Amino acid sequence: MHINWFKYSTPQTFYPLAGRMLPWFFGLAVMFGLAGLYVSLALAPTDFQQGEAYRIIFVHVPAAWMSMLIYIIMAAWAGLGLALNARLPAMMAQALAPTGALFTVLALLTGSLWGKPMWGAWWVWDARLTSELILLFLYIGFIALQSSIADPRRADRAGALLALVGVVNVPIIYFSVKWWNTLHQGASINMTNAPTMATTMLIGMLLMTLALWMYTIAVALLRVRCIMLERERSSAWVQILYEVQALPELNTMPGAKT
Amino acid sequence: MHWLNWADFFNMGGYAFYVWLSFGMSALSLSYEVIALRNRRRRALRLSRLLAQG
Amino acid sequence: MNQAFFLLLKRDLKLALRKRADLATSLFFFVIVASLFPLAIGPEVAVLSIIAPGVLWVAALLASMLSLTRLFASDLVDGSLEQLLLAPQPLAWLLLAKILAHWLTCALPLVLLAPLIGLQYALASNVLAVLTLSLLLGTPALSLIGAIGAALTLGVRGSGLLVALLVLPLYIPLLIFGADAVAASQHGMSATAQLSLLAAGSLLALVLAPVATAAALRISVE
Repeated sequence: MHINWFKYSTPQTFYPLAGRMLPWFFGLAVMFGLAGLYVSLALAPTDFQQGEAYRIIFVHVPAAWMSMLIYIIMAAWAGLGLALNARLPAMMAQALAPTGALFTVLALLTGSLWGKPMWGAWWVWDARLTSELILLFLYIGFIALQSSIADPRRADRAGALLALVGVVNVPIIYFSVKWWNTLHQGASINMTNAPTMATTMLIGMLLMTLALWMYTIAVALLRVRCIMLERERSSAWVQILYEVQALPELNTMPGAKT
Repeated sequence: MHWLNWADFFNMGGYAFYVWLSFGMSALSLSYEVIALRNRRRRALRLSRLLAQG
Repeated sequence: MNQAFFLLLKRDLKLALRKRADLATSLFFFVIVASLFPLAIGPEVAVLSIIAPGVLWVAALLASMLSLTRLFASDLVDGSLEQLLLAPQPLAWLLLAKILAHWLTCALPLVLLAPLIGLQYALASNVLAVLTLSLLLGTPALSLIGAIGAALTLGVRGSGLLVALLVLPLYIPLLIFGADAVAASQHGMSATAQLSLLAAGSLLALVLAPVATAAALRISVE
């Protein structure tokens, strides 16, 4: 059987495919999300040490995991775009970055909200939170670099190189932050304080992670379609799109042709 | 089901502020992201229409 | 190939030494930043000796980062950068010559001045030795990694700040090990592990960064 792997490798062919996939991934996200919320808020038992506040991990940990996963996937797409000198993988990387940054911020904020009732401080310099902060810097750098370069193809390639350099550095950064953290063990605060988790809790975290993962894919597809519409605006395939040609409700300018 | 009544559920053992702010913030930011993307899409389509017509 | 390397090295050194004012500014930036902290926090020796490793390393980091935009900017303007890209020798090898010239003129003076600044923080002489050694081992990595940032942001508006944003997260491991080396020697412990890690970082950067910088330059100079 001959599989044409490159059939969907141009914006023109991927755009409609992404549009068809979108509702499914949003649906899966909602499904997993509702199940995850039910488990985490209603089903999971109270933690012996931390009381009900521990339930924050059901957003904190999935957000943190996804922020790291998205960075790796973003770098992989960017690398693919660089290697194949193609636009679509670069657009996918560009589409993933803001969601990854958002999850990083959520992980930091929820970590803060968890830390305050547990350890009395709004911020703790523990290894994982600090690494998460540095990951946010890496995301911001990627987004800032791409938005400051005018030429879109140069922006694609420069961002890709930065993402690859970042991905290589992430293990080094994590190792050095762990080292730094063990040195200054003034407070033996460890935010991974759930050594034996009840199965329900693990299921809850897994469901929430899956929900965020499906959400990420859906949002990335939605965003990449916007990026395509913006960057390929003047090309023929955009101009003959049904959405561009026909839908009158989008036409809010008086006197314009329908 | 872990909870006995709605009041306990909303109270979250005294940690209501932290727990609900965390979940609420997450829900709000995800919704905001989707809404912002909807607007971005609408803007892009409108500009493409202008270009196609003009 | 060696000839091209040394010719480029000599050329860059000559050009840099013509603008001695530029070199002096990064040096004085280091001195000024190091003086800001006692002014801000107070001159108690106990406090200063605790913050010294971190402050001195951060000041050195920021000072060497300031000079990064100078790495390729003048060559871009006078057209010699494009000539460099067209040269038959491997671009990474030639860039190594440029980065070496940059390190010799911008970072090495900092390394040599560091013990004097360390005296302002009442550091003991063995600590000063470790400070100097840590900067000597770590600043090559700073220049090499910084070169990637400089190449990526070449010709972009506001590139000075953008380069800082891109490069500082990558500097963090070096900062951690460098400052910790000095702190360890303050407590009478051996700093061999931290210094070895700094050296390893510089060696790794030596191998990988010129290639990445070459790729970044080709992306930036279409």
